Amino acid sequence: MNILEKRLDEVVEDFDLFDDELEKYEYIVDLGKRLKQISENNRNDAYLVKGCTSSVWIIPSLKNGKMIFEGDSNTVIVKGLVAILIKIFSDATPKEILGFDLKQLNRLGLAEIVTPTRQNGFTSIVNKIIEYAKGVNHD
Amino acid sequence: MYKKYFPYFKNSKNIYLDTAATAQKPSIVLDAINEYYTQYCSNTHRSNFGDANRATTEFEHTRELLKNCIKAKESKEIIFTKGVTESLNLVASSFVKDRFDTVIISSLEHHSNIVPWHMQERSLHKGLEVVNCDEDLTFDMEHFENLLIQNPNSFVSITHVSNAFGKLHPLKNIIQTAHKYGALVMIDGAQSLPHFNIDMQDIEADFYTISGHKTYGPTGVGALYVKAKHLEKLRPYQTGGATIKDVSYDKTVLLDSPFKFEAGTQNIAGIIGFGKAIEFLQNIEYKNIINYENEIYEYLYEKLGEIKDVIFYTDSINSIGSLSFNIKGLMAEDLGILLDKMKISIRTGHHCAQPIMKKLGINGTARVSLAIYNDKNDIDIFIKGLKRAIKILKD
Repeated sequence: MNILEKRLDEVVEDFDLFDDELEKYEYIVDLGKRLKQISENNRNDAYLVKGCTSSVWIIPSLKNGKMIFEGDSNTVIVKGLVAILIKIFSDATPKEILGFDLKQLNRLGLAEIVTPTRQNGFTSIVNKIIEYAKGVNHD
Repeated sequence: MYKKYFPYFKNSKNIYLDTAATAQKPSIVLDAINEYYTQYCSNTHRSNFGDANRATTEFEHTRELLKNCIKAKESKEIIFTKGVTESLNLVASSFVKDRFDTVIISSLEHHSNIVPWHMQERSLHKGLEVVNCDEDLTFDMEHFENLLIQNPNSFVSITHVSNAFGKLHPLKNIIQTAHKYGALVMIDGAQSLPHFNIDMQDIEADFYTISGHKTYGPTGVGALYVKAKHLEKLRPYQTGGATIKDVSYDKTVLLDSPFKFEAGTQNIAGIIGFGKAIEFLQNIEYKNIINYENEIYEYLYEKLGEIKDVIFYTDSINSIGSLSFNIKGLMAEDLGILLDKMKISIRTGHHCAQPIMKKLGINGTARVSLAIYNDKNDIDIFIKGLKRAIKILKD
């Protein structure tokens, strides 16, 4: 099993603990609040995710062959969604990231929990991560 | 007390506060649509059999109702369209383009009254002028008058009520001033008719655009009022079936207004339904609608005002239907998502009015928009939900 799938399983299990949508969102808000803030220097156009209604930044780095992602947003809920994606995609090799079936992300039930515009934003964040992984993958 | 007329509220537990986007529909409208499709579905203005004649009669009845409702002088002044956006685009492309050097708009326009002018390659100070507004979004009459003086061949296109903020423009004064300098005026009336009556003889607009679906009618229906004296100069921008008097391979002779502007099969069921929506409003009577909605609006304004760190953009006196706000330190989008999870429907964002948001230095607002089916209980639930959302986001 791809390590990303395993991490996704854990997030889905966390989501399953909640009885209603609001509780699920309180959890996402909480994740957003706890996400480490990026430095002001990194809030620039190079790291900006295009296609989101909110401002979202994803900053990649490479450590021992693994990609590390940091991220931030000007809205708390999107920041929570960024935290979820970082939990799934960060600290993985480009090969693992590119080998992950993105359709699996539907298991998060995002069609129910984010508006269509935001879902597009969510897709844009994922695409940005994939773009970074493609940039450093030499296989 | 009016909720009972709207089947949506029997089927949905949502607190619906997004009427500025679209209104819920009363049974009388839905029944009329169903009746048309199940009892006399036929095309209008073509065939001569019984059901077709009935369809034409009902269709034209809506035109008469609308004409009387807005106090137009003649039926030919009422042209059916898909809605306000199509009405604005029709006038922009078929009347204003190539005829006027300058188009003057207000600072509170939504994109439908900005983008058509950009499509004519007008931009700020190059064929397009924007009237300033004060901090509380009040229309700057002095600036407007200066613009009219500096731009003698102008067309004015201005919203009656701002969709993003509910701000009411001093329409009569604006139109009189424009006419004083020889300018013609089109009014975007998308947010008017659901809340108050309009009188074309009193305000003397040259063009007035009307939304069906925001006026408790079906989606995909609207109208354009054109003062009779301008009809000859307004060219149809699409033609086809039901618009012609005579066609040979050499030439086409078009019918008179309104038919020459209504090419192809119309949204017959929708227009008949729109007629019922007008009857519905007339049965309740506008004076009752105005009093009732004012009371709810004031209550909303008062209750929201009690919330810590609330930011308003208008006062309650010169506003109608919609109330926009922000909570200091929070993003409106976050509030909207959490309220949605509590089954409270409001709109957040720029409300298709990005320029004014940029001018105010904000990304957007949370907007509550009201209708006759809302009551104080809806407001209480909304305020409770908002407080909870704020707590979740701030704690």
